[in-house]
Amino acid sequence: MHLISPVLWQFLIKWLTNFAIFPPEASTIAPYADALYFFLILISVVGLFAVALLVVTFSIRYRQELSPVATQIEGSTLLEATWTIIPLILFMICFVWGALLYFRIYSPPPNAMNIYVVGKQWMWKVEHPGGQHEINSLHIPINQPVQLTLISQDVFHSFSIPAFRVKREVIPGRYNTVWFNATTPGTYHLFCTQYCGTLHSQMIGQVVAMTPEDYQAWAAQSISGTSLAQNGERLFASLGCNSCHNSGPNAHGPNLASVYGAHLQMKNGQFVTVDDAFLRDTILNPTMHEVAGYAPIMPTYQGQVSEEGLIDLVEYIKRLDSQYRIEQTIDNSGAQPVQTGTTPAGTSAPALAPGTVKP
Amino acid sequence: MSTIVKLPDQSTAQLPKVSYLNKEYGLKSWLLTGDHKRIAMLYLISITFFFFIGGAMAGLIRLELLTPPSDLLAADTYNKVFTAHGIVMVFLFLVPSVPATIGNFLIPIMVGAKDLAFPKINLLSWYLYIVAGSMIIFTLVAGGVDTGWTFTTPLSTHYLNTHVITAGLAVFVAGFSSIFTGLNFIVTIHRMRAPGMTWFRLPLFVWSHYAASILMVLGTPVLAITLVLVVLERTIGIGVFDPTKGGDPLLFQHLFWFYSHPAVYIMILPGMGVISEVISNFSRKRVFGYTAVAFSSVAIAVFGFFVWAHHMFVMGISNYSALVFSLLTMLVAVPSAIKIFNWSATLYKGSITFETPMLYAFGFLGLFTIGGLTGVFLGSMGMDIHLTETYFIVAHFHFVMVGGMLMAYLAGVHFWWPKMTGRMYPEGVSKLAAVITFVGFILTFFPQFILGYLGMPRRYAAYPPEFQVLNVFSSAGASVLGIGYMLPLLYLTWSLKYGKIAGANPWQATGLEWQIQSPPLTENFIETPIVTHEAYDYEWLESKKGSEVPTVG
Amino acid sequence: MDSHTVAAQTAETAHVDHEHPPYLRHHFVNVEQQRETATFGMWLFLLTEIMFFGGLFCAYLIYRNWYYPAFVAGSHQLSIFLGTLNTAVLIASSFTMAMAVHSSEVRSRKALITWLLATIFLGCVFLGVKADEYHEKWEKHHVPGLNFSTADFTHPSKDYKDDKLAPDMAEKTQVYFSLYFAMTGMHALHMIIGVSLLTILVIRAWGGAYVNGHVAPIENFGLYWHFVDIVWIFLFPLLYLISRHQ
Repeated sequence: MHLISPVLWQFLIKWLTNFAIFPPEASTIAPYADALYFFLILISVVGLFAVALLVVTFSIRYRQELSPVATQIEGSTLLEATWTIIPLILFMICFVWGALLYFRIYSPPPNAMNIYVVGKQWMWKVEHPGGQHEINSLHIPINQPVQLTLISQDVFHSFSIPAFRVKREVIPGRYNTVWFNATTPGTYHLFCTQYCGTLHSQMIGQVVAMTPEDYQAWAAQSISGTSLAQNGERLFASLGCNSCHNSGPNAHGPNLASVYGAHLQMKNGQFVTVDDAFLRDTILNPTMHEVAGYAPIMPTYQGQVSEEGLIDLVEYIKRLDSQYRIEQTIDNSGAQPVQTGTTPAGTSAPALAPGTVKP
Repeated sequence: MSTIVKLPDQSTAQLPKVSYLNKEYGLKSWLLTGDHKRIAMLYLISITFFFFIGGAMAGLIRLELLTPPSDLLAADTYNKVFTAHGIVMVFLFLVPSVPATIGNFLIPIMVGAKDLAFPKINLLSWYLYIVAGSMIIFTLVAGGVDTGWTFTTPLSTHYLNTHVITAGLAVFVAGFSSIFTGLNFIVTIHRMRAPGMTWFRLPLFVWSHYAASILMVLGTPVLAITLVLVVLERTIGIGVFDPTKGGDPLLFQHLFWFYSHPAVYIMILPGMGVISEVISNFSRKRVFGYTAVAFSSVAIAVFGFFVWAHHMFVMGISNYSALVFSLLTMLVAVPSAIKIFNWSATLYKGSITFETPMLYAFGFLGLFTIGGLTGVFLGSMGMDIHLTETYFIVAHFHFVMVGGMLMAYLAGVHFWWPKMTGRMYPEGVSKLAAVITFVGFILTFFPQFILGYLGMPRRYAAYPPEFQVLNVFSSAGASVLGIGYMLPLLYLTWSLKYGKIAGANPWQATGLEWQIQSPPLTENFIETPIVTHEAYDYEWLESKKGSEVPTVG
Repeated sequence: MDSHTVAAQTAETAHVDHEHPPYLRHHFVNVEQQRETATFGMWLFLLTEIMFFGGLFCAYLIYRNWYYPAFVAGSHQLSIFLGTLNTAVLIASSFTMAMAVHSSEVRSRKALITWLLATIFLGCVFLGVKADEYHEKWEKHHVPGLNFSTADFTHPSKDYKDDKLAPDMAEKTQVYFSLYFAMTGMHALHMIIGVSLLTILVIRAWGGAYVNGHVAPIENFGLYWHFVDIVWIFLFPLLYLISRHQ
């Protein structure tokens, strides 16, 4: 006894069951964000109700039939102060709460694992330190803080995972970071939310949150090529970085072992904490980051290294926690021609490292 | 106000023999006019034209979003359509809507002047508007532009192949049109007030225009220079915003939003002025807390300049500046709240009637309250991270701009229609239109809040299928909304010839503009009025009527 | 005939009674109001102009702070002689403009035209020198985007006293020259508009305008001209003189 066509009925059922009204809460941040959301909704409903109550009540009570002559009232300082101060207090609560949430979302814990994301028109390139490369998808373990280092190689993009309630603009020329801690395994939307050109709406992907065991399994079978640090090592050698940054007694450049996280004194006397962004910028704009005690002789690598190559270098330098690694690099590169572009025969000596910009 | 000539009785009103509409005839007398009322009419016609172009674009957007894949429009076309919708609606409709039409018509009359301070500049500003509009039409005809109305660099400077330069220059020209309008208003309000018209006797409509004009005069030039830099970057390739040459694209964001955030106050403040007039008039009562409402306009204008970076919370500005901008954003919400409550309190012990402008004003109160409160969601930094760049923004912006400003604009057009044309609009069908607009609006934009929290990004030609149901609601609402906007166009045009003769003061309103004939004389006043009463003094109006000898015109 | 028309006519006859100079526009009560209004409008417009250039100055300050060596090196490529010459020319033109305003006030048509023409001449000299400087920039490959090379900064010639810049900082001179062209270009555009307006003023003054007490247009144009002058007074040290002592 269908009142409407069975086909249409089927369609409606399908349509209405596939009907989202609230996004999944899949990260540790999501409940905090939702709590503020519901508080804001509460304030809005109360505010809207207050205004509606006033307007409707007065409209009924003081309509012309009941109230033929208006009583002129100047105003009331007391009342006006009330409806200045009460909203002000409520808005201040929203401000403080929002600020706390903001710092919670944008302050990564120190033990977060780092994944690099490069945005370009119109895809997301994800680089895991272990050498897993993904396009338009991001595999992450749950119950583990994950920090993303984001950069764009062309226009503004924005990296958004609604289920985690996080978002960060992906900007050309500078690293931005965002972190989350997924709680529920599943597949979630990944959107580019900053308009980035023709196929903006195709710049989407999926975030696959997996249990740590599944993630280990996935990571083990998804390695393509070598790890980022290894790529970086090759690039470091092929660009000739080690001719100065070799930690030898007569080295022209600062020793890079354990430099990550260190406080360096710059030429202008300021102290700088070395982080990803600092390393990247120093490779590209060395003159703007001259370390005290060294001659400003470092050339720029602007235009010679792609964003992925920079990530490899940064990742390599980050992991240079001991002298041993540098010596290894020097040994490795001893026989290397410094010039890029020539393909060597040796298996352990790839000169055209994957990160260099091909001419 | 003794100097104002006695007006004929309302019941036997006739159209005056001489008015600004029939003083001179011929196209030339319109196109070369210096009369602010004629220029307002020129603006009214051209703005309506661009509103329906922008509306058609909105219709296309909603049609495309009926289904998840980009099937009706290709992604490329969709981008051009929403860009055209944004540029046309923001720069060619919302910014000039109330100021350039209703404000242009009324501000000189409300302050008791014969014209704006600089009539030729006023005309120039209309011509600039037309030039800008023609350039936008050109970009549409020649293949479109797909930057989005925000012209984000480096996308707009290096990565697009469309008519960005024409569109950028069009917005530049439209900006100067807006600067000249604002400049004219400020000078007029300062220097052209009639004897006795003190600052605190000005109608709140004038106060809100004054505040908006400050924003126009000080904010728009920054947009102008920013667009010049974008155009230079695109044409000859200078490197102020280009990261590959050492420029910083975030600087563009700062400069752009330094104008474009105050711009939303340029758009909403004049609408607030309309609401003050309408609510006061139809509750026959002075506005509750005149000074609070007047100063809240100025406060919005002042604070409005220092909140721009709340558009950039996710872009990586420093934590301290994010804090400061969030705090100031919360502060700028307070004057709006004050206004809402003062308008509500104006109804208290009034004598309320429910003509069409009042219905639109009620619509404004509801929708603007929602729009304003959802603005608090976005000003709250942590919440903004999830909500920004999604449909939540779209919904918030449309609640404030369409639910707020467009409702106010229609309230104003209906309220002053008898003054502008001398004829009444048809009351029954216009009430229907007001209700249709309200219902259609809620249906269109409320689902977008939910979509936004779900995370649906804005400016997507295609979207995941689970968002479809809400999008269908939204598109259905848009068709209702479309009817709501077509109706006034039809019946207001109809009323030009067949509407009831309005008479000078059909609403029994107190404003100076209602004490002269409708439509007014070219010189507005026969003699310079001498103002002896405050705005919204209904007792003065009563006493004046009592002593008035009805004369038949 | 209805009461409105009657009233309108009486109003018009009443209008004729008080003094009514030909240049008083119909919507002003008297000459003082007209003059005050025009001046007020002009000052407001100049405020707009300050914000217009303000965006550029803001960009300049940020980038100067970031790329200080590039800005120093870039400024050393400008001709301080031509810059000083242009500054002198503009200050002189402000003087001639002030004299034009004075001539208008004392109602001397001949002096007014002479001073206005002198101002036009100086304005054109400024633009000519500016054009010459732009031409030089083109020849030295200092035009970002169209014709740019960092060679002058990475491999400076022998008579160049500065240290040479590292390649990455040398690239940043593009930002300096971008701002140089944007700022002086916008300033030159204002000069061109000014010279065009001056031409109109001269033609009108030839016909006898502005010496009948109607000083406002000359006076307000003078404000504009002085403003453009003052913008240059800021541009000159920022672009030419920065860290000349080094």
